[in-house]
Amino acid sequence: MAAHIGSTQRPKSLMISFLIIAIMVAGGTAAAMVLRNPIHCILALTVSFAGIAALYLKLGAQFVGFTQIMVYVGAVAILAVFAIMMTQSRRIPVAGIFSRNASVGLFTASAVFAVLGWAILSQPGNGPAVQNTSVSVQQIGGSLMHEYVLPLEIVGLLLTAALIGAVVIAMDRKEDAE
Amino acid sequence: MNGLQACLLLSALLFAIGLAGALTRRNAILVLIGIELMLNAANINFIAFWHYGAATPRITGVMFAVFSIAVAAAEAAVGLAIILAAYRHSRTTDLDAMNSLKG
Repeated sequence: MAAHIGSTQRPKSLMISFLIIAIMVAGGTAAAMVLRNPIHCILALTVSFAGIAALYLKLGAQFVGFTQIMVYVGAVAILAVFAIMMTQSRRIPVAGIFSRNASVGLFTASAVFAVLGWAILSQPGNGPAVQNTSVSVQQIGGSLMHEYVLPLEIVGLLLTAALIGAVVIAMDRKEDAE
Repeated sequence: MNGLQACLLLSALLFAIGLAGALTRRNAILVLIGIELMLNAANINFIAFWHYGAATPRITGVMFAVFSIAVAAAEAAVGLAIILAAYRHSRTTDLDAMNSLKG
């Protein structure tokens, strides 16, 4: 696969950087899903998230890349570590880490990947040329305030509702029992 | 294979690994992480199609990805809160042991 990436339009250094990012992402993700200790899983996941951020930076979406680092590496991974520590599932499980009917899930995932891969690779080989190389934060801020102001407000409302809901759900209701 | 196909293949691989994790892991937190990985795969598609897409001054793909990250963050917070509440109730995060709807 690696030998063909960008053989038409891209210089070799871009191909190598994509290969490194792909190895980071795929390896980190696979490790996150097969490791036994949940804390190690989260560490591997952080590597994968950082690789995805690097991919965004490489594709010219700087703002999305840094948002990815802040939100996923900074918040979601830490949140998951907190959840693991609060539920004491940091103890390494003695029983299996996979569910009883894991083979069905594995088969489903392989079938999905096969279909997606077939659909992608069956397209004609010389695809579109690179059109959008970068977007500035100023552009993003401007359109957030003009074109996308309603979605921005809705997302703000959604985040507020979700975070208040999360606090309410996770709150310990000892008083209610009395 | 061109650059767009390489990005889409990476995204499909990420989606498949996330799906496999969500379907097979026993720890509820790691199932949630698998779902997050699938959302990330969708984000990679947004950015890849924006990067290789039609040349317009619009930045729709980037905005899609930003809003999608915001929604994914909300989903992670609520999901982990639900896992904490379920843990407080049943004292386990093992999904094979959480097999009763009745408290």
